[in-house]
Amino acid sequence: MSYAPNTDADRAAMLRTVGVESIDDLFVDIPVQHRDPTLDLPPALPETDVIRHLAELGARNATSSDLPSFLGAGFYRHFVPALVDQQLLRSEWYTAYTPYQPEMAQGTLQAMYEFQSLVCDLTGMDVSNASLYDGASALAEAVLLCRGLTRRPRVVIADTVHPAYRDVAATYVSALDVDLHVVSAACRDATSVRPDLQPLVNAIDDQTSCVVIQRPDFLGMVVDPDPVIQAAREHGARVVVVVGDPVSLGLLVPLGDLGADIVVGELRSLAGPPAYGGPGAGMFAVRSELIRRVPGRIAGRTMDLDGKNAFVLTLQTREQHIRRERATSNITTNQALVTLGATISLCALGRRGLREIAEQSLTAAHRAAEALAGAGAVIASDAPYVNEFAVHAPGGAAARLERLRKEGNVLAGIDLGCVSPTFDDLILVAATELTTADDVEALASAWAQTQ
Amino acid sequence: MYPDDLGYTREHEWVRDEGDHLLVGITAYAQEELGDVVYVELPTPGESFAAGDEFGTVESVKAVSPLYVPMSGEILDVNEELEAQPELINEDPYAAGWMIRLAASDPSERDTLLDAQAYEQLVNELRA
Amino acid sequence: MTDEPLIYDLSSPGRRGVRAPLPQFEPVDPTEALPTSELRTDLPLPEASEIDVMRHFLRLSHKNHSVDTAMYPLGSCTMKYNPKVNEVTARTPGLADIHPCQPPATAQGALELIYELEALLASITGFPAVSTQPAAGSQGELCGLLSILAWHQSRGEARTQVLVPDSAHGTNPATGTMSGLEVISLPTADDGGIDLQNLKERLGPGAAAIMLTLPSTLGLFERRILEVVELVHAAGAQVYCDGANMNAMLGRVRPADLGIDVMHLNLHKTFSTPHGGGGPGAGALAVQAHLEPFLPGPRVVRNGEVFELADPPPTSIGRVHSHLGNFGNLVRAYTYIRSLGAEGLREAADDAVLNANYLRASLSDDYDLPYDRICMHEVVLAGTRQRRLGVRTLDIAKRLIDYGIHPPTIYFPIIVDEALMIEPTETESRESLDNFIDVMRRIAREAESDPDKLHDAPVNAPVRRLDEVTANRRPNVRRVPEGGD
Ligand SMILES: Cc1ncc(COP(=O)(O)O)c(C=O)c1O
Repeated sequence: MSYAPNTDADRAAMLRTVGVESIDDLFVDIPVQHRDPTLDLPPALPETDVIRHLAELGARNATSSDLPSFLGAGFYRHFVPALVDQQLLRSEWYTAYTPYQPEMAQGTLQAMYEFQSLVCDLTGMDVSNASLYDGASALAEAVLLCRGLTRRPRVVIADTVHPAYRDVAATYVSALDVDLHVVSAACRDATSVRPDLQPLVNAIDDQTSCVVIQRPDFLGMVVDPDPVIQAAREHGARVVVVVGDPVSLGLLVPLGDLGADIVVGELRSLAGPPAYGGPGAGMFAVRSELIRRVPGRIAGRTMDLDGKNAFVLTLQTREQHIRRERATSNITTNQALVTLGATISLCALGRRGLREIAEQSLTAAHRAAEALAGAGAVIASDAPYVNEFAVHAPGGAAARLERLRKEGNVLAGIDLGCVSPTFDDLILVAATELTTADDVEALASAWAQTQ
Repeated sequence: MYPDDLGYTREHEWVRDEGDHLLVGITAYAQEELGDVVYVELPTPGESFAAGDEFGTVESVKAVSPLYVPMSGEILDVNEELEAQPELINEDPYAAGWMIRLAASDPSERDTLLDAQAYEQLVNELRA
Repeated sequence: MTDEPLIYDLSSPGRRGVRAPLPQFEPVDPTEALPTSELRTDLPLPEASEIDVMRHFLRLSHKNHSVDTAMYPLGSCTMKYNPKVNEVTARTPGLADIHPCQPPATAQGALELIYELEALLASITGFPAVSTQPAAGSQGELCGLLSILAWHQSRGEARTQVLVPDSAHGTNPATGTMSGLEVISLPTADDGGIDLQNLKERLGPGAAAIMLTLPSTLGLFERRILEVVELVHAAGAQVYCDGANMNAMLGRVRPADLGIDVMHLNLHKTFSTPHGGGGPGAGALAVQAHLEPFLPGPRVVRNGEVFELADPPPTSIGRVHSHLGNFGNLVRAYTYIRSLGAEGLREAADDAVLNANYLRASLSDDYDLPYDRICMHEVVLAGTRQRRLGVRTLDIAKRLIDYGIHPPTIYFPIIVDEALMIEPTETESRESLDNFIDVMRRIAREAESDPDKLHDAPVNAPVRRLDEVTANRRPNVRRVPEGGD
């Protein structure tokens, strides 16, 4: 079974047209000693059986219905309206290719244009591309853009930027002449943590191509980035801002207004459940003067011969299929369907809906913090936050998280030791509009129980 | 098509001697081959180039072509109009469509350029 | 078809779409939690009703062509049928509603799926190690070249060049540059293969790798592959295979057996995960044992009955994805391989290759065939004969739209004048191919008798040809809010 419709009679007739005896004759260019290996694969499964098999694998994972979850760190469980997935299941969307023939892809192209417009509205930036793979590669591409633009070797990156994003950026520049300089941007005392931008400010020099900060930062904290932005301006460095949770954009001042040159982030939460981390979608938005350095696809609005409104891929000379070794990036396939989901979701939520879920997320996080404090926890975040905060875990985050899960049946958060070893007694807790009062109660009682 | 008072490169740039400096652009043939020009990337005044160096690119919808400096020298000025109106290169390649103003450092390089007749012959060969 | 307004034009102040959840808690006022200077004062999103949003996107979808609509023979893209069961399994709650940071103990099924998929891909390609972390083919290429560089470095060698045939996909040279390498172009020989003499000349001590595509973008299997591999290895360089075209080789040859060192796969081509209007895809990187220490991490490992996530060793090139790649598409690809089994995969390759050869044999009277030999899963024709009649390949492509068929890939590979790169895939029936042949022949006749019909095409699509010049001269890439900015 291969979904191939041809019968043996069809094949025989086609072979006659081709002028060969058998299908084997079509593979004669393959060195004979390596031809026709036996593949060691399990037997083919009909639809019913493969569904059952995958359901069994799924049953061995805990979902948010099995265990109340306060996991965030870039992937948030947000409300995605029912119409989103029904649209994403339409063949016209998901079985189409990249819109290289615009006359047959106006749907995809207009949706891309609307996506780009929504990203600009949310971020306050001038130009958005149609997506990169994920938040991490979007950051890596931003770093590469700034390097190409300024021809300076140094990148200053706050340690409060998502650690996996930092790692991916490091991989992307590993073969290039780039000095990725990770700088502490949060300081500790015994039980608390707060932002400290001074080391970042100090680290920016005339060899710095860009400074990278996250907002809200990886620990959930919101701080006025102005000192960093001023320092960058003084030294001719660009400012790259990573967005923690896209829903926070419904509440916080647009990053363009703050002075960001490039905004990147992960949009998965707007489009569907976390799906074990992928496919996500990397947001990439810039000021207009950088438009010709943007990696990836961009849709533009134009007209057809009859003067009808229409959309088309624009500025394609940036891309690999035209510029080849001089392209702005090697990216081709992006995350179009995920951005379509995010687009439909943002449109269905609209101005009021996005604001409401952002406020409800903020409420849920603050109520969860109160409940934890009531259960004896020390809230470590010593700064304003939206929907994610740090809790002090005496004796270590890892051990406490394990007990919270095993004894308290909650996924209480993430061990912040991944940011820096000095944070390994901090747990990062996230809440959203989908966090229920019962979830919070479960968290608080688990905390008390594992004291 | 190919004014007599200009020098030409085999890469389809033209050079006009304006006394103390040179003006550089691309030929009518080049703009025709490119089709509608949508963007030109030009250097910053003050940059210096050796003859044959790439000084920028010119783009149509589906192609990018490098631009080469015909003679060594320093960029005095670039045609800022082209940023908003790249179509000037198609409409008026030898005048409004000029690209860079160059202070030549080695006037003897002028002899390496083709004259109008030789350039036209080159174009005819390419078209054949 | 009428213009569809922008969603913003369907907006009306105060109109509501979906409702937010009921509050679970006494609300916290944002101004209590954050300084007012941090809060935005306006949010210029549309305000549309749910039904208007639904209809808007539904009407937009009607303006798309898709695999489920009709034939989509885009060369190099493998637009095969996307099985519907894949969409069901990918939406299994236990595989969709799981968080990437949850402890491995609570994600054993997901880890097992990744582990097993990597093992299946290893069996299919013959390589001992596979990483499914790359999000797409291009990212797989980057991982592959970085792994090769790390391997050279581990042997104390600093090599700075990558050799790329001039027929290669644009991502190959672009990846070379991203990996800090100088890209050296290799000319294609007359038979469409690699020119061995030229390869020898360019294979200097600086060569880190050759990136070749198998079968090539010309749809041809490299007959001299064993010689190429031997030459490259003798020069101390590595052989990278762009495996976007694996669909032609399933069960017919394992690229690792040919001596190739690294290969990426496009799960969104060969293994049926949908293209989604441009993505997401999923890449996978398969390597020989000597390159395994350099693969991106973390990797899924098996410890008895338990699956764990192992941090990358110090030799690893590091992470390339926030988490473990495009997991949802890994579920789909796994579903596909388990649905087909070894026999089904081989049948897919066989029918893909037969279908392409059937088109080649049937169309070579009406179109030029620059490489006249048995092809693999795709055939490259040239519209050079039609050009002499004043008709360009672009016109042929646009005319196909009028007949309800998506055009093939055009003007690629760039070494073929007026190229038409046709990949029917195995999931087109003989009738569907016959219809395509019939239409292509009709267009060839039209080019002779009525070229303007082709110049004016398409006339039956939602829009006619577009003004791309203005779109590029004065890019309009977002709606500008009222009042401008
Ligand atoms: C031959 C070839 N190589 C590489 C790629 C890049 O793969 P992806 O689009 O998944 O990045 C493609 C497809 O776009 C391709 O056809």
